[in-house]
Amino acid sequence: MANRINREQVKHVAELAKLEFTDDQLDALTPQLDDIIGLFESLGEVDTTNVEPTSSVTDQLNVMRDDVAEDWGQSHALLKNAPDAARGYIKVPTIIDESED
Amino acid sequence: MNYFKSDLASLHADLVAKKISSKELTQATFDNIKATDPKISAFLHLNEDQALAQAEKIDQAGISDDQPLAGIPLAFKDNLVTKDEPTTAGSKILENFKPVYDATVVQKLNAAKMVAVGKTNLDEFAMGGSTENSAFKTTKNAWDQTKVPGGSSGGSAAAVASGMVPAALGSDTGGSIRQPAAFNGVVGMKPTYGRVSRWGLIAFGSSLDEIGTMTRGVKDNATMLSAIAGHDAHDLTTSTQPVPNFAADLTAATNVKGLRIGLPKEFLAEGVNDDVKQAILAAADTYRKLGATVDEVSLPHNKYGVAAYYIISSSEASSNLQRFDGIRYGYRANDVKSLDDVYVKSRSEGFGPEVKRRIMLGTFSLSAGFYDAYFLKAAKVRTVILNDFKAILKDHDFILGPVAPTTAYNIGSEVTDPMTMYMNDILTIPVNLAGLPGLSLPAGFSQGLPIGMQLIGRPFDESTLYKAGYVFEQNTEFHNQIPTLGGQN
Repeated sequence: MANRINREQVKHVAELAKLEFTDDQLDALTPQLDDIIGLFESLGEVDTTNVEPTSSVTDQLNVMRDDVAEDWGQSHALLKNAPDAARGYIKVPTIIDESED
Repeated sequence: MNYFKSDLASLHADLVAKKISSKELTQATFDNIKATDPKISAFLHLNEDQALAQAEKIDQAGISDDQPLAGIPLAFKDNLVTKDEPTTAGSKILENFKPVYDATVVQKLNAAKMVAVGKTNLDEFAMGGSTENSAFKTTKNAWDQTKVPGGSSGGSAAAVASGMVPAALGSDTGGSIRQPAAFNGVVGMKPTYGRVSRWGLIAFGSSLDEIGTMTRGVKDNATMLSAIAGHDAHDLTTSTQPVPNFAADLTAATNVKGLRIGLPKEFLAEGVNDDVKQAILAAADTYRKLGATVDEVSLPHNKYGVAAYYIISSSEASSNLQRFDGIRYGYRANDVKSLDDVYVKSRSEGFGPEVKRRIMLGTFSLSAGFYDAYFLKAAKVRTVILNDFKAILKDHDFILGPVAPTTAYNIGSEVTDPMTMYMNDILTIPVNLAGLPGLSLPAGFSQGLPIGMQLIGRPFDESTLYKAGYVFEQNTEFHNQIPTLGGQN
């Protein structure tokens, strides 16, 4: 294995991505990512001196509009999709873990 | 009622003449789905009651000449949001999700009085080329149920190919309409980036995603695209260019005389199956006989498309999929003790392995210290690939090539090896990077499985692709073959 990315780096990237993997999953994922990143490195063969990056291919540029809030009258329907809701609010678990104080 | 061989125009004529009613057609569609789908598993969700009620309403109002799609059933890929109907994107994380609005394309087809019968299976969040990455079921190829239907719009392609619906919508980020269309022997169009509003398409790679049409014939496809295309204030990347009546240009007089076609040598290179190669060379000969010229051309940076694409699409996906955090909608893990737990556990339990792999690749490519080497480099290579296409299309009307290196492969054969899966997209991906229109249509068979060919055009010139596709169809028999399991045969 060329070691373009190691197990510790994979764990770091997982933290950034808010994902977690078991040890077995990390064992499988690390060489897969390493392989694919190896493919990514083939781009080094392309001379991109003085080439501008392309981030979008739309023919529309800088379309502006007023930032106006609209009431679609759907807050009830939206809340039905929330995993947990009460009295018009989305419920989440306690954010501050008091046991750590 | 057998309408497997009817095109949209003849269904429309029968509806206007009241030879059939929309309700009869819709009921026949559901009867047929119930008989066929147990073998194919194309659908994730059916809405029979609403569809029949809607068809009845359409019948009562009457269908006039100027409503070419009214009363005709269709299916939507399940990453297009449909109000009050389940929309999962093939993911456990959206298993119980019911959108509060319709995607723009859904609104447009509702306004055209089409009858939506259900939602079709896909690779989770449209990430994959076999529909095996769906969290819910494995869809089978309409021609051989041991083969994959392609993907990610595999459900839409198999539903159309097996005669369950005359038309379906799909989405295409790196080939997800064209490749399953090819694997199932149907017609699939990925329009120019900006031609169709993406509002209500669950985002994967926003600079690459495009919604398109899947049908059994070229003319049907053209009719459908005119109905869904156009500027939309809800998607400011949509173009303000006028939308032609594409189907009106497809007549007995349509021809390809004098057209210049480019055949990139890289599209017939190593890795492309011999039968596929022969079918494309035969198609080139057909076009020559019909009065077009076909030149060998070169896309010298084509082989870098896969790497550039997987960096760009995964980066965009890792950003787009941050919204799935277990708070406002979607799956939330049980037994969580802190806010960070909600995020991490909900995402880790809700997303499947391929989606996680892409999020990891994207997060890596965008992370501090790696951004310049990966994401920025890929964005520059994208410019180089775009320029390769521009150079050819300056003096060629369109580019001809295969859609995929092989025909449909065995279910289970590639899903464990992401690298093999990614390399299969080598012929479709560059078109998304360049934002060009690409049309996939039947061009042959290999061991009983359909071969697709791809026509790639200039921005907003879908019209030339439809004309060339239509002429090819008029002069070949591939599109007349239908799978033996066939919905209604």
